[in-house]
Amino acid sequence: MADVSQAPLQTADGRPLKAALAKAQARAKRRAFLLVLPLLAFVLLTFVLPILQMLQRSFYHDGFSANAPATVAWLEEHPQGSEIDETAYAALVSDLAAMQKAKTAGAAGTRINYTYPGTISIFKEAAREAAKLQPPYKAALVALDKKWEDPLLWVTFRHAASPWTTDFYMVSMDLRRSTDDGLQRAEPEMRIHLQLFVKTFGLSALITGLCLLLAFPIAHLLAILPMRKSNLLMILVLLPFWTSLLVRTSSWIALGQESGIVNDILVGIGIVADDNRIQMMYNKYGTILVMTHVLLPFMVLPLYSVMRVIPPSYARAARSLGATSWTTFRRIYLPQTLPGIAAGSLLVFILAVGYYITPALVGGADGTLISNLISFHMAKANWSQAAALAAMLLVLVLILYWLYDRLIGIDRLKLG
Amino acid sequence: MTSPNEAFVAFEHVQKSYDGVSLVVKDLNLAIGKGEFLTMLGPSGSGKTTTLMMLAGFETATHGEIKLDGVNINLVPPHKRGIGMVFQNYALFPHMTVGENLSFPLEVRGMGKSEREAKIKRALDMVQMGAFANRRPAQLSGGQQQRIALARALVFDPKLVLMDEPLGALDKQLREHMQFEIKHLHESLGITVVYVTHDQGEALTMSDRVAVFNDGRIQQLAPPSDLYERPENSFVAGFIGENNKLQGTVEEIGQGTCTVRLATGEVIDATPVNVTQKGQKTLVSIRPERVEYKPELFPAGAHSIDAEVLEFIYMGDMFRTRLRVAGSEDFVIKSRNTQGQRMLRPGEKIKVGWHPQDARALDP
Ligand SMILES: Nc1ncnc2c1ncn2[C@@H]1O[C@H](COP(=O)(O)OP(=O)(O)OP(=O)(O)O)[C@@H](O)[C@H]1O
Ligand SMILES: [Mg+2]
Repeated sequence: MADVSQAPLQTADGRPLKAALAKAQARAKRRAFLLVLPLLAFVLLTFVLPILQMLQRSFYHDGFSANAPATVAWLEEHPQGSEIDETAYAALVSDLAAMQKAKTAGAAGTRINYTYPGTISIFKEAAREAAKLQPPYKAALVALDKKWEDPLLWVTFRHAASPWTTDFYMVSMDLRRSTDDGLQRAEPEMRIHLQLFVKTFGLSALITGLCLLLAFPIAHLLAILPMRKSNLLMILVLLPFWTSLLVRTSSWIALGQESGIVNDILVGIGIVADDNRIQMMYNKYGTILVMTHVLLPFMVLPLYSVMRVIPPSYARAARSLGATSWTTFRRIYLPQTLPGIAAGSLLVFILAVGYYITPALVGGADGTLISNLISFHMAKANWSQAAALAAMLLVLVLILYWLYDRLIGIDRLKLG
Repeated sequence: MTSPNEAFVAFEHVQKSYDGVSLVVKDLNLAIGKGEFLTMLGPSGSGKTTTLMMLAGFETATHGEIKLDGVNINLVPPHKRGIGMVFQNYALFPHMTVGENLSFPLEVRGMGKSEREAKIKRALDMVQMGAFANRRPAQLSGGQQQRIALARALVFDPKLVLMDEPLGALDKQLREHMQFEIKHLHESLGITVVYVTHDQGEALTMSDRVAVFNDGRIQQLAPPSDLYERPENSFVAGFIGENNKLQGTVEEIGQGTCTVRLATGEVIDATPVNVTQKGQKTLVSIRPERVEYKPELFPAGAHSIDAEVLEFIYMGDMFRTRLRVAGSEDFVIKSRNTQGQRMLRPGEKIKVGWHPQDARALDP
């Protein structure tokens, strides 16, 4: 026996067993790979590539660097802190003249405008006049607009001189450059991003909590009712999935707006005065109300799938051991539903954080979320700014996911 | 054994219906004495679990009274009854360790930490599981889980422990071992146990008394030996152990004996149990090991009856012989494999007989 176990095992026709096994498995693996190839290609093309491209865009903008070569060259020769002398302005004016010919003054101005607001118009104006300007160019430009001699503008130029930049993240974090090239907080009226992130995460957490409160009893009922009744209830829970999101949101508007059904009824029975109707649409209450409704099934389903398989004998055992029904719920039932609570909460929260249509329709001014700002930037073709905000959202969600894994464990997740 | 007024647990005229149409438990009267080991035995669907659940407080009786220690507990919620319970699937809390499982009933009773630990240790040692306090139920074998479930039901010193087919999921060897241990715990702790099973061997070996359930009624409530040797009706006779049945009519009835004429014309001796007068239809039940086929062993004056050997099975310690008797082809006799015991051959014609008290004339 001993020498048999030493020699490598062979198949009946004398090939080494390992090689034979590898060969036999290789074919199966190749087949499996071919089967998933279409999906793999699809995911790669429609998901991975766009995300990579989005990430790239959030770090890249060549609007200034490509269109102001002379200024870029001057900035490269003169380190930060050098005096912005006449040669610099001469380079700038030559670039502006070229921009006018190539009609690229808008693009260059837009790039600078991200971190130094109000520059698109002065770029366009200066480009128009560039051909007519006479030395000394500094004086000539300053005569057109005071901003041209602002040291901060030149700090901004220096950062836009390379197409690769972290400026969009700086803006997304409500920061701006100071004259000495340091970072400082943006002016109060410009600090909208962090606040919006906080609001998005706060509202999402609130919506998740509301969904959990509403879904828990529903899921429990579904889990304990006899099959026939629970199937009927399940259809009611799933019904929203079968209607368009737009239709659902619009019907909420019909219900909840100032002249809507709910207000009409409340006024009709005299609870609310006609001139004091409740504002529940076009503000953050609208967002909370409608999103809680829209996302509820995503909480019910994972909870239900977990609750359905908890045998009733656990609760009975706890009761027979002397626990009141409340203790039984808290110490026996609730802990066993945790995987469902965790899965549902994660799902609802992540969906809520990125939700767009509902807040756009019913959110009004204070009920919009970060996704609405991203879509605003996309509509204005501010791709890089939109990409930077989206990437930050992605990173925050990933951090949350990581925290979740550390605290609860992703393997305990149970989606259905 | 115990009269109703000194019973520890008493069911009085208890009825239960789940659907308002049919009764699952029909007029149950049962008195269980303190320290007794009572088993409910019966076929599936006969209402054993339902009865146990009413006692535990998870189902309410539709009618009648359930008393514990003389007090009506119909309206007492389960957690206030102080009854230990072992479930068929053990119902150990999966998210708690063995120690936490045992600690749970003590915590809800507000017991201090040191006292809890002492009790948990004692209960675990009792089932020889002292080293497993930190395991999770999923890390235990079926038999070990069973022991923990037992320890958890006992850790808070209940006076009454209910067990619903606690050994149903174990293999035969382990089951027999656990039967012994449960019986041993029952004796050493002096607790009252109500045990549900549909394994009659289990019921007979463990119990002080067995309640045989069928169709929502107790068919017979008796110690195991009575149940086997003196079944009171044909259901119990057929349900417990092996049993030869002969159909007939009562020919003559006297003080403690009767004769029965079988459908095929033969006359046999029997003890009247459920028959009272001549001409009644009856089913005579005789245990296979009480049938004699050696004429010298027939009791004096008793009837004997012709039989033909159909099949002989050698079982080692026993011989099992199937005969044709009075037209029936599944009349079985069992004989011990003693020195000089004769092995019957198929086709052989013999006579069989029995003591009149071994043949019980029951309801048809
Ligand atoms: N929750 C319930 N709702 C309706 N009917 C029930 C319920 N529980 C049991 N029954 C019915 O009551 C009858 C008795 O059931 P029970 O569970 O008491 O039987 P059992 O003797 O324990 O049987 P088994 O040996 O199979 O466990 C069965 O006909 C069953 O279908
Ligand atoms: Mg049962």
